[in-house]
Amino acid sequence: MIRFVSLRLLRAVMTVLAVMTFAFLVLRLSGDPAQVLLGPDVPQNIIDDFRADWGLDKPLWQQYLAYLGAILTGDFGLSMRGGAPALDLVLERVPATLMLTIPALLLKLGIGIPAGVYAALHRDSTIDRGVIVLAILGFTVPSFVMGLVLVLIFSIHWHALPSGGFGTWQHAILPAITISVGGIGLLARFSRSAMIEVMGQPYIRTASAKGVKWRDVVRGHALPNAAVPIVTIVGFMVGSLIAGAVVVETIFSWPGIGRLLIVSVSNRDLAVVQCILLLIAAVMVVSNLTVDLLYGLLDPRLRSQPAH
Amino acid sequence: MTLATAPETAAASRPAALLRRFRTIPGAVFFGMAWLALMVLIAIFADVLRPYDITRMDLMARLSPPGTSGHWLGTDELGRDVLSRLIQSVRVSLVIAFGATIISAVFGTTLGFLAAQFRGAVEHFVVMLADFQAALPFLIMSLAVLAFFGSSMMLLVGLMGFYGWERYARIARGLAISAGAQGYAAAVVQLGATPRRVYLKHILPNVASTLIVSMTLTFPEIILMESGLSFLGLGVQPPDTSLGNMVGFGREYLTTAPWIMLAPAAVIMLTTLSISLVGDWLRDKLDPTIR
Repeated sequence: MIRFVSLRLLRAVMTVLAVMTFAFLVLRLSGDPAQVLLGPDVPQNIIDDFRADWGLDKPLWQQYLAYLGAILTGDFGLSMRGGAPALDLVLERVPATLMLTIPALLLKLGIGIPAGVYAALHRDSTIDRGVIVLAILGFTVPSFVMGLVLVLIFSIHWHALPSGGFGTWQHAILPAITISVGGIGLLARFSRSAMIEVMGQPYIRTASAKGVKWRDVVRGHALPNAAVPIVTIVGFMVGSLIAGAVVVETIFSWPGIGRLLIVSVSNRDLAVVQCILLLIAAVMVVSNLTVDLLYGLLDPRLRSQPAH
Repeated sequence: MTLATAPETAAASRPAALLRRFRTIPGAVFFGMAWLALMVLIAIFADVLRPYDITRMDLMARLSPPGTSGHWLGTDELGRDVLSRLIQSVRVSLVIAFGATIISAVFGTTLGFLAAQFRGAVEHFVVMLADFQAALPFLIMSLAVLAFFGSSMMLLVGLMGFYGWERYARIARGLAISAGAQGYAAAVVQLGATPRRVYLKHILPNVASTLIVSMTLTFPEIILMESGLSFLGLGVQPPDTSLGNMVGFGREYLTTAPWIMLAPAAVIMLTTLSISLVGDWLRDKLDPTIR
């Protein structure tokens, strides 16, 4: 178990390091930020000063080491526009994004899993078919289409909800629904197939045969076993709480991380983009790690023989 | 005589059995196949089918609603024919998705086979790449790359080609390792076959059906990814057009001319839905682990 956990931790650290290197390489190799930020008509000596100020004149490997060192000491650099610390700029956007993604996650869990489990327990019924069709529809409709269709219906046609912006809780309804639809479909489908597979196992037949009540069979034997694959998907959803709203925030002009990312990317604000990439990767890595460790708790068989 | 016919009937009955399994096609799957066939035909014959050039403006007929004679799906804010642009968009989006799916399958399968062949350090490296891919959502990674390198068709297809490779790698590695444990791969190795020959001629045909099923999963996801990027303005660049790009620009006219956005949105939905339906059905028929 200790070997498993430490190996897994090592992999998580390596992954974060790989993402840091990726962010560094893409952002530094893609062109000179001095040219972009200062414009074409700026005299050479100002460009040189700017490059010296930001350390852009040193060899790439020196920049890389300086960058790693700075991050390890908690210094994510200053935004090249405005000069505020990049970390502060990013962190102040986090609550807005979570205001959309946490309700969306609750909707996904609260609707997706019960729908999937119910469909599995009533296999081939009309409701089962309905759940399958809605689930497939749910995750084949791209979020930008779903968002715009919702705006068309609820904001433009019925004038019931605001079409975008930030402020009251009504503003959050359409974006949160838009984010949740795909996840609801995915979870419904996943929990349905996980449940169907478990219900076909011999231990379910044994439990029923020895006279355990049906609801106790489902609750005590089927659900815990179906939980393992479902937890994987949920872990991924928790991991994308920060990153999962880029498109939707753009549609609804919601001032979260996604908007900041798009704006910083078009401004070539290196420090802010790096900071967002790292934050997203860190959240993702931590939740993947948690899922892997949770497996051990959920399924004792995996404790003794961890894969990788 | 009997000796000669026996293998023949066996060979003839196998496709027949396969055909029998495919005979009963559910209505929804049939619809999906028909829609996909239509889309492929449109993509191939786009140049012939397009009533107008995609950049041809008719400023006297700006924002005409669908049903206007000469512009069956209406026109956009510059008076360009929506139907013509839609036809071109189908071609562009399908070509990108198709190219990217092939790249992703080849890249992923190769890495998976390499991991199975060499194990050790190579395998760790592939696992690390997969971890990296899992840590950084694809959309975010693409945004960073496209925004900083500028969007071009080649870069877009190449980037989309990295989508979903880890799925093929995992499958190919797992299947190749289990194939190595089965007699047939070990037998040809004993006969002196090079690894290249073993993997391409013996293992690949045996794992192909599972890989094809994975392709039906990746394909619609790539269409969604490309249209999402194009919607954000970072995918296909004007004057060329793609489905997501049309939705993105049509968004500005949501109140006055919703048809600009609704037509490509409907095509995206129907296409991804069709591939999912056909893919699910194919998976049930082909995947030996489910039967």
